[in-house]
Amino acid sequence: MKQDKVIEVVNVYKSFKAVHAVRGISLEILNGQFIALLGPNGAGKTTLVEILEGIQKPDSGEILIAGKHWKGNEKELQNIIGLSLQETRFIDKLKVFETLKLFGSFFSLGPDRCREVMTLVGLDEKKDAYVVNLSGGQRQRLALGVALLNKPRILLLDEPTTGLDPQARREVWMILKRLKDESYTSLILTTHYMEEAEQLCDYIVIMDHGTILKEGTLQDLLGKSSAGMEKKEVYTGPPRNLDELFIELTGRHLNE
Amino acid sequence: MVKRITNSQLYHLILANARELGREPAVLFWGMVFPILMSLGLGVAFTKKKDVTVTIAVIGRNHLVHAPGDSASVIQYFLQKNAAAVKVAKDGSFSRELKVPDDKLGGTTYVFSDLSWKQAMVMLKRGNLNLVMDEVKGRVIYKFDPMNPDAQLTYLKLSKMMKDPELIIRPSESEVQPLDVTGTRYIDFLVPGLICMGVMMSCMWGVCYDIIEKRSKKLLRRMVATPMKRSNFLVALITVRISMNFVESGLLLLFSWLVFGITIQGSVLALLLFFVSGNIAFAGIAVFLASHTAKTEIGNGLINLVSMPMMVLSGIFFSYHNFPAWSIPVIQKFPLTMMADGVRSIFIEGAGFSEILLPSAIMLAIGLVFFTAGLKIFKWH
Repeated sequence: MKQDKVIEVVNVYKSFKAVHAVRGISLEILNGQFIALLGPNGAGKTTLVEILEGIQKPDSGEILIAGKHWKGNEKELQNIIGLSLQETRFIDKLKVFETLKLFGSFFSLGPDRCREVMTLVGLDEKKDAYVVNLSGGQRQRLALGVALLNKPRILLLDEPTTGLDPQARREVWMILKRLKDESYTSLILTTHYMEEAEQLCDYIVIMDHGTILKEGTLQDLLGKSSAGMEKKEVYTGPPRNLDELFIELTGRHLNE
Repeated sequence: MVKRITNSQLYHLILANARELGREPAVLFWGMVFPILMSLGLGVAFTKKKDVTVTIAVIGRNHLVHAPGDSASVIQYFLQKNAAAVKVAKDGSFSRELKVPDDKLGGTTYVFSDLSWKQAMVMLKRGNLNLVMDEVKGRVIYKFDPMNPDAQLTYLKLSKMMKDPELIIRPSESEVQPLDVTGTRYIDFLVPGLICMGVMMSCMWGVCYDIIEKRSKKLLRRMVATPMKRSNFLVALITVRISMNFVESGLLLLFSWLVFGITIQGSVLALLLFFVSGNIAFAGIAVFLASHTAKTEIGNGLINLVSMPMMVLSGIFFSYHNFPAWSIPVIQKFPLTMMADGVRSIFIEGAGFSEILLPSAIMLAIGLVFFTAGLKIFKWH
């Protein structure tokens, strides 16, 4: 498929009172591309994703989703976007399948698609389990399943594995890797886990304090990073991973 | 056609809300069991019995014991003439019983007990007696709270008997025709009020708190990020809640009919119309209250702030005419007061459409105004 731009962010600014959450960010995301927005808490990742989702309006700048602005095109864009927000909790007293059917009804989808999604995210055995009884990993897989119901062209995942144990995290990664292999869905993932960005994404955008510090493929980032930058710590060679790169750029760890 | 309905957003939203409601045991208890328990407890407590026993404290033991005619006090003489023999209780206190039978009005047994002033006051405060008698230099002194209608009645009956020491209980010379009026029991007053209070609480907690909780869980935000119609969300929530109110009120009514013989004196159709308009009023208020906050603690506070005063003031458990005269016009404007007055008038006074059309219209208007205002400031994200 031709690598069209599916998302364009042009010089976007967003502030909340005295806090400048997003400062002059410009970004392009291509069809089928998996992008990580990597940065510590407070970097502006979630705000940027909420702007992309249409929940927040930028103070200035432009956002184009599939070539369209949000204003006047909400229903159309809602149909092509799937998303999983940080800390969303579904209705505790509904079962897994019932939750999928409820959200499926918003896209005029029947129970067959819900069964497909349940298989896709590995929740077949939990079909009749109440949401309140699911483990953290299972809930995240349910959230992912809800996000995938409408076979979205764009998938926005805000910290999808935060709080999960390594096993549960790997299960979510497996689902996303399968998605990448089998479809042309573009993914924008926010995370502060460098392994997640390294494992899943073609392109990584490192953010801090509302700006983009560096972006590129993993090889680009780790290969070029020491050139022209003031060294904050002594290294014998280029950064071996993204956390070392982040330290080089900001003097802090990703998880600080 | 069926598939279209069962695949539709509204159908699934209604189904989800109904499941959420039905699977919450607390809802079933507070909505169905609690009102029945309340009406049972209060109905039993406040149902007046035909034959009553009235305790009267007599200060000074000497008034109860036997004395020769010349030296007997007025109280002594009266009791010696009319009351049964002295009984001595385990604690050594004396009492005498005077039974005054009356087939038409119900008999009264007066129990005259010798008590110290301190003991009498304790019993008075506990509600075990409402009249104290004493005698000083041949003058009988009655002490009671003049604001207590039961105490007044006891005084009037007793003082009439006491005025003539020669009086022996005999049938009245004039004929008495007792009026048997349906709807004067406390339970008749209480049940319509409980039904209305149930509607208010159900809308406050079931609509208002539910919205706030979904907003706090970011579920509302998640839902509006899809093509879900926002109106469908609110319509589904309110529909399920109103349906539940019908079930809860119906159960309470059925129970009240079976146990207490409560019936609807007025128009059932008028009652249904008024019931729906009351539900719409409180649903609108609930949406307005829920329009902005994502904090359940604030939601709790808002709901209590609105519902508690109405619960106390609106004439649910006792008539609001007990409050100062200046406050009555204000109290009558509360939605719960309007609903309780209207429902009660249908239940007890036989009211029909003509009596409830205006209050129904007002309740509907309240609902629409608050709903519209709530939607204008509603925070979906």
